[in-house]
Amino acid sequence: MALDQSFVGRSYPPTEPYEVGREKIREFAEAVRDPNPVYTDPEAAKALGYSDLIAPPTFVFAITFKAAGDVIADPQLGLDYSRVVHGDQKFAYSRPVRAGDRLTVTSTIETIKSLAGNDIIDVRGEVHDEAGEHVVTAWTKLVARAAGEA
Amino acid sequence: MAAKIGYDEVEVGTELPAQSFPVTRATLVRYAGASGDFNPIHWNEKFAKEVGLPDVIAHGMFTMAEAIRVVTDWVGDPGAVVEYGVRFTKPVVVPNDDKGALVEVSAKVAAKLDDSRVRVDLTAMSAGQKVLGMARAVVRLA
Repeated sequence: MALDQSFVGRSYPPTEPYEVGREKIREFAEAVRDPNPVYTDPEAAKALGYSDLIAPPTFVFAITFKAAGDVIADPQLGLDYSRVVHGDQKFAYSRPVRAGDRLTVTSTIETIKSLAGNDIIDVRGEVHDEAGEHVVTAWTKLVARAAGEA
Repeated sequence: MAAKIGYDEVEVGTELPAQSFPVTRATLVRYAGASGDFNPIHWNEKFAKEVGLPDVIAHGMFTMAEAIRVVTDWVGDPGAVVEYGVRFTKPVVVPNDDKGALVEVSAKVAAKLDDSRVRVDLTAMSAGQKVLGMARAVVRLA
């Protein structure tokens, strides 16, 4: 089923703030087995000029994807979420995410396409800190595979 | 920011030290917990096969997280990464044995940009297949 093109350009209200915790950053760094001390040791982060631990570059995806999930679950959009796979992912950073940040995400549907029966949707998530400063933008391309295809 | 590589030290074609990242089922379970992505295709073989996959596959975002380490280990300061994007072209299939899979990542400087920035192009392979396409990072050097 072709998705409703009128959703292109639609923005959703900012999410409730997500507070970035030191232990969550450490847990993530451990899960990707990245021993860079800037993720675990506040002194190492300070030596690089940061006020607290910073997060690995892809950490913020957990936050933006949750926000994108609320968008694509919009029943009016009609996307079959059980058939969705991740196509592309891109980030553009103003600064790294750091412990203590309270981040909100504002999601916008950038494009909707139908290609060989697959529905393709691009969602942009703008991430801002508590002061309203831009931290990172995440672009997520999701592909809902055509029904009947494995 | 404190990149340990100087813009003047690199040229187009400069290779970054390549790295290999092993992935087992245990790795994926841990990543699922840390990232909050509990999609069963990343830990439940029966479910993965039912939806047409050859076996459990790694989270694309796990592969993306490992690949950028070639850049962040090189530059020292992960905050020097100003852009990073990939296309998920092939899944990393992770068998249920003690070896799992291996993701091999190489990278080289593809362009020198303004403002001390360079574009790095990455290649990520697993089981002889390219698992990431258009994998590029823009990094601000010293």
